[in-house]
Amino acid sequence: MHQILILSGKGGTGKTTVASAFIKLSEAKAYADCDTDAPNLHLVMGSYEQDQKRDYRGLPKAVIDPDLCINCNKCYEVCRFDAIKPGNPYRIIPIACEGCNYCTHVCPVEAIHSEEAKVGDLKLLKRNNEVFSTATLLMGSGNTGKLVSEVKNQLKEVSSEHEVAILDGSPGIGCPVIASLSGVDLALMVAEPSLSGLSDLKRVIASARQLQVPVAVIVNKYDTNERKSAEIEVYCYKEGIPFLGKIPYDKMATAAINRGKTLVEIESLGAGAIRTIYENTLQLMKERIHI
Amino acid sequence: MGTKATIAVLSGKGGTGKTLVSVNLAAVAANATYIDCDTEEPNGHIFIKPTIVGEYVVTEPKPVVNQDLCDGCRTCVDACAFNALALIGKNLLIFDEICHSCGLCTYICPKGALREEQRPLGIVKRGRKNGMTFLSGEMNVGESSAVPIIKALMREQSTDLVIIDSPPGSGCLVTETVGNADFCLLVAEPTIFGAHNLAMAHDLVTLMGKPSAVLLNKTQEGENPSEIYAKEHGLKIIGSLPYDEHLALLSSDGHLAVEEDEHYHTYFKELLEAITKEARHASDSDPQR
Amino acid sequence: MIIAVPAEEKSLDSAICVSFGRAPVYCLYDTEKETSTFLDNKAAEAPGGAGIQAAQFLADQKIDSLITFRLGENASNVLSAANISMLKAPNLSIADTIANFLEGKLSSLNEVHPGFHHGH
Repeated sequence: MHQILILSGKGGTGKTTVASAFIKLSEAKAYADCDTDAPNLHLVMGSYEQDQKRDYRGLPKAVIDPDLCINCNKCYEVCRFDAIKPGNPYRIIPIACEGCNYCTHVCPVEAIHSEEAKVGDLKLLKRNNEVFSTATLLMGSGNTGKLVSEVKNQLKEVSSEHEVAILDGSPGIGCPVIASLSGVDLALMVAEPSLSGLSDLKRVIASARQLQVPVAVIVNKYDTNERKSAEIEVYCYKEGIPFLGKIPYDKMATAAINRGKTLVEIESLGAGAIRTIYENTLQLMKERIHI
Repeated sequence: MGTKATIAVLSGKGGTGKTLVSVNLAAVAANATYIDCDTEEPNGHIFIKPTIVGEYVVTEPKPVVNQDLCDGCRTCVDACAFNALALIGKNLLIFDEICHSCGLCTYICPKGALREEQRPLGIVKRGRKNGMTFLSGEMNVGESSAVPIIKALMREQSTDLVIIDSPPGSGCLVTETVGNADFCLLVAEPTIFGAHNLAMAHDLVTLMGKPSAVLLNKTQEGENPSEIYAKEHGLKIIGSLPYDEHLALLSSDGHLAVEEDEHYHTYFKELLEAITKEARHASDSDPQR
Repeated sequence: MIIAVPAEEKSLDSAICVSFGRAPVYCLYDTEKETSTFLDNKAAEAPGGAGIQAAQFLADQKIDSLITFRLGENASNVLSAANISMLKAPNLSIADTIANFLEGKLSSLNEVHPGFHHGH
């Protein structure tokens, strides 16, 4: 299975807008929302016939047995994460607990043990022969590289070798992004034409290159700052990174998204630009990556 | 609460305008402290352009082994919940970037072969610009958690009014940041994506027991899903900032709108007054304070 | 000698897993006895440091060589410390990969990528 991952570095540049358009244009049978911190893709993909859910268990957390606790304070003394609330009995603050087990080891009456709490749901949505993999996290739980890997693995289980999967990535450069890059054939970066946008773009490109993943760039809302947009093009040219096109700021895009439609389901300047970019992406995949 | 107010600006999602709002609010105040808690991609400095008056390294304890005392019993390797230790033959390998600095291995070693040494994690920078105090934290590339940096930043605050530019998302960095706030300003975009993420941010601040209000950003004509969400959930809408090409251009070039445009100076000044008033009202009526 | 290959399934026809640390199973092949064993990889469940835990596990099994597509630098450090050689996997089944190894056709793994960090 070949994978195209849509990334950005900076948040809010239009990853989901682009990813959803690509899914419609490519008629992809397999796609995933790897932004498990703030999953948005489902909001424009319509409804599905089947909805499989399974528990996702995260980092184990400490649990104090209230019947055994003798209020000796030893756990509080050793915890470095402010995860213990003194009281009668002492309690763990789950949001803060890192699962290190130090408290478990020092408790003189063995009142503390580790439990893998459910931190979210892994979901597999199906319709016709399409498969959509995503996850939702319970509030306060952090996104992890492992969860993103599980979201991607769900696709592998059901799709075939010859298909192209589209992955809607997450912002930033941390573990979830690194995990989403694993095994990807092309990382398409959606850049914002601003100082912070260019700076974040460079960092995420560096991450992709470290993992030897081929990269390409597009600029969204380019006409909000044409000079910065041109700077990004020049940067790509100098670095030998394929620049696949630019999308103008499109008021109609907001209206379309709010009706739960992808950009290519309407006619607008933005829609036209994305179609061109999609063609360019296909061309690049054929030439450079032999798909 | 008196005159002190710590306002965290957050959004649950990136790109909604947290930084734009935070830097402009801090700039329009008489002497506020601006804290950039987005340690992965700190951007506040681009707008504020502070003169840095000091910086220091934030450290974290990491285990170091005395191989002469180590007898290869593997107690530490088996105890480490994060797989930060490995034993090959008689050599103990320690992986600093994976280590969470919990201290368990050092405590549990039966031979006392492990001790902790402070290792650099990142930097905290302190700066000034006109009347504003600027604080920013940056994590070294490759490190796992910026929580100690955020804690260090929070210990620094000095002025009565503090504006915190929060990290995006709803993970541990955000909860660490929000934990220090008196009041949360949720910035939301007028799309279903924006509303969905507003809901998540709202759930988070509610879970943490923090009063909050919404600023509708980049508003246009037509229905605003974030506005609908706010009204349906009794979330106060403290203001609305329409999408404006001029504002977008100014910000994308790293300018402070309040310094370049009289209209925005007035707008943010009024917004700041509304927010501080709301923050005080919320704390006065909160029996826990 | 014993060689290890990360596998998708417990079968010699299986493909080699693209991930080292989170491979579901490892195939261990004994070149002298000409036998193969499949071992479950518990590190696949680890929230973080999976590569390190997997490398520790294989070092404990006293393997001599690892054949893999990719390897993170932390796992690589553990394997180097144990004097385990690391070879680049071909795009073949486990059985064919082992055959290639025995014919001396495999080359050293040169690229090691930075760590994936861990869940937080």
